[in-house]
Amino acid sequence: MKPDQLLYPAPAGLYCPSGDFYVDPMRPVARALITHGHSDHARAGHGAVLATRETLDIMAIRHGPDFCGTAQPVEFGETIDLSGTRVSFHPAGHVLGSAQIAIAADGTRFCVSGDYKRSPDPTCAPYEPVACDVFITEATFGLPVFHHPDPKGEIGKLLTSLKQFPERSHLIGAYSLGKAQRVIRLLRDCGYDRPVYIHGSLSKLCDYYVSRGIDLGDLRPATLEKGDRTDFAGAVVVGPPSAFGERWARRFPEPLVAFASGWMMVRQRAKQGGVELPLVISDHCDWPELTETIRDLAPAEVWVTHGREEALVRWCELAGIPARPLHLVGYEDEGD
Amino acid sequence: MKAFAALLDRLVLTPSRNGKLKLLADYFRDTPDPDRGYGLAAIAGTLDLKSVKPALLRDLVLERMDEVLFRYSYDYVGDLAETIALVWDQERKERIDDDRQPRLSAVVTRMNALGRTEVRGAVRDLLDRLDPSARFAFIKLATGALRIGVSARLAKQALADFSGRDITEIETLWHGLEPPYEALFAWLEGRAERPVLATPAIFHSVMLANPVGEGDLDGLDPADFAAEWKWDGIRVQLSAAGSTRRLYSRSGDDISAAFPDIVEAMTFQGVIDGELLVGGTARSNSATRTFSDLQQRLNRKTVNARMLEDYPAFVRAYDILFDAEADVRPENFVTRRSRLAELVEAAPHDRFDLSPLVPFSSWGELERLRADPPDPVIEGVMIKRLDSAYQAGRLKGPWFKWKRDPYNVDAVLMYAQRGHGKRSSYYSDFTFGVWAQGPEDGPEGDMLVPVGKAYFGFTDAELEVLDRFVRNNTVERFGPVRAVRAEPEFGFVVEVAFEGINRSTRHKSGVAMRFPRIARLREDKLPRDADRLETLMALVEAKEAG
Repeated sequence: MKPDQLLYPAPAGLYCPSGDFYVDPMRPVARALITHGHSDHARAGHGAVLATRETLDIMAIRHGPDFCGTAQPVEFGETIDLSGTRVSFHPAGHVLGSAQIAIAADGTRFCVSGDYKRSPDPTCAPYEPVACDVFITEATFGLPVFHHPDPKGEIGKLLTSLKQFPERSHLIGAYSLGKAQRVIRLLRDCGYDRPVYIHGSLSKLCDYYVSRGIDLGDLRPATLEKGDRTDFAGAVVVGPPSAFGERWARRFPEPLVAFASGWMMVRQRAKQGGVELPLVISDHCDWPELTETIRDLAPAEVWVTHGREEALVRWCELAGIPARPLHLVGYEDEGD
Repeated sequence: MKAFAALLDRLVLTPSRNGKLKLLADYFRDTPDPDRGYGLAAIAGTLDLKSVKPALLRDLVLERMDEVLFRYSYDYVGDLAETIALVWDQERKERIDDDRQPRLSAVVTRMNALGRTEVRGAVRDLLDRLDPSARFAFIKLATGALRIGVSARLAKQALADFSGRDITEIETLWHGLEPPYEALFAWLEGRAERPVLATPAIFHSVMLANPVGEGDLDGLDPADFAAEWKWDGIRVQLSAAGSTRRLYSRSGDDISAAFPDIVEAMTFQGVIDGELLVGGTARSNSATRTFSDLQQRLNRKTVNARMLEDYPAFVRAYDILFDAEADVRPENFVTRRSRLAELVEAAPHDRFDLSPLVPFSSWGELERLRADPPDPVIEGVMIKRLDSAYQAGRLKGPWFKWKRDPYNVDAVLMYAQRGHGKRSSYYSDFTFGVWAQGPEDGPEGDMLVPVGKAYFGFTDAELEVLDRFVRNNTVERFGPVRAVRAEPEFGFVVEVAFEGINRSTRHKSGVAMRFPRIARLREDKLPRDADRLETLMALVEAKEAG
């Protein structure tokens, strides 16, 4: 059986005809397998959803309890038979609950990696390599320019800045699922034990992380009780980056905007965004991790999706590995 | 190299002056000699480093990576130095320990000791041994393209902040010292005596004037003061000792290389203060030309014969600090001026003249003169106490500047962009326009053309009003920029004040304002009442006609 008879890109997303399901579909479908909870992968309105317990919980938090017809949780490593097609979920190391999905039938095995990373992250299960014939990889940071540094070093920059500018509130832009919690956890691991103030849109997901045993320390809402501006001098405030351009941000004295993202590797990106303190902390693979993973797995074929597809395809060509871009639309990398 | 690279990374993204000062002062305090001295030199533009051509860097990177992958990377990043800094490691993952990286001083010493054939290998080796951030700093230094928005003056202010010394003291010493400035740091930290300067013709901090504020002249006797025209050029200091001649900007930057015509004519001995202008001296009976002509000669490293001929420079002398070797700064204005007159008389007539005094008997008379000066290149008057010594800095009392009132137009808000730092949640950078005849005839054919950009002049309360207007009336977004409603019957009119106006080929409207700011919000006016481009062109023409 040719690989693209088992799985192929259809208008709604990656489709498996033998099991009659989609992976991370862009629009409502009868049966969906979801890799992780970021909104561009986990949309509401599907009939049946198969995902990890955490991903299902996160979808319920974000879309409400009726986000799909039926939800079926799956354990990492457990094999489920869908009309003769065997599927199993494996840790992707991206955010809490994130999984790669292995799909096998008639002697061909796919691994749909979703979004993944290989560097350590205390807020989720670590990536596990999944042997496969066809590896579908993301390429969010699929250019040789991306080399994510040690995240603790980045947090070190933030701690230095807090010492240098104790009168300024440090606003850290971090997406609400995964990045925010990871940044807070990293702060704690680096010995920062003062309260961390969070934007309202983060509170449910932070609570959820805490309920799953990830200690985030003293979190307080970044709200203002009757206008004392000095309250937040020298404070660490975490919120979605979009909030910092809004009036909400005016309550903070001399805000210093930091942004935790893999994109911060490129100075111009930081400059355009008005970011004063770029923190290169990413929940995706950087270029060495992408190429290392492909080398480790040694699949017969690589399919490249969302991100810088052409560069990674070029690298595979040079390495003698058949590769093609998938050109799936609709993934916007909410998570970085 | 690590500390310097980290400093650059922060400086580039820190918009506020105080923030930059803090970062610089901390760097000077925490970094050992001689690295901090080289860092200071790099920022102040005094670092001498063997230069590396971008073509060599490109060659080196292509030795180690696929050309197609490099092109994808360069297209994405857009800056060669940054691209190379980021792609250099390829797939290597091992991290370079901070203390194993070469120090800035080691990099400078090594580069400057290289023979021509050794450069390639040494640059490759350094790029290997630095981390991405330090690599970027190194490439920027070696290609001479360090742009970080920090002036030499700001670096000196940071030295003052970090040491508690006065900046004028530092500026006085500055041009007699060389990187890595160990003697300077030793003195700043109180570990050594003030360095003794061996070099003649050093820069001395200049005396500055305060603007005339409301009521400042009340009770002052006009008979105690002299007045001079304030010319619209740049303030300079000329220093000649023995065979050494130097031309300095007001902040102490050595601009001699760009003005060989002036330097050649410095036949005197001593230090004088004056205005650098383009055109001819009064005693050669030619006109003083405008600031935009002078601009053709500014910010150049060298100058060609054509420029020298088309834009001849001269100096209109204001004051004298040293008469040959004698420090005459403690003498009074009148005595200094007679010395200056003598010196200028002997200097080449086509390059030097004496700033004329403006006789007046009352403040009212001076005000009339100020408002209607005899030359378009005059931007106001200077008022100096006859008994004043020449004192560095901006003291209140001895010298005043009384500028012509700025120009004003009513313009319509067209675009807005968010500010930085404290203002990052405000739309605080505004592009404004005036009406001009569009392609169609009649009043319906009128359209707004942008004529300038302003990001200050308003109060915090006014900023709230502007910000609210922008947020509620956005019609389009282009990345960080918002276009706002601007129609004849609906929009926001602001009164824009500016210091001067010139023709410009770079702006679509054909005019460029100097120093525009938002003077007042004109919520009482409708956009159709705003000024027209013709009004601005008339100001330009009036100025040119003189």
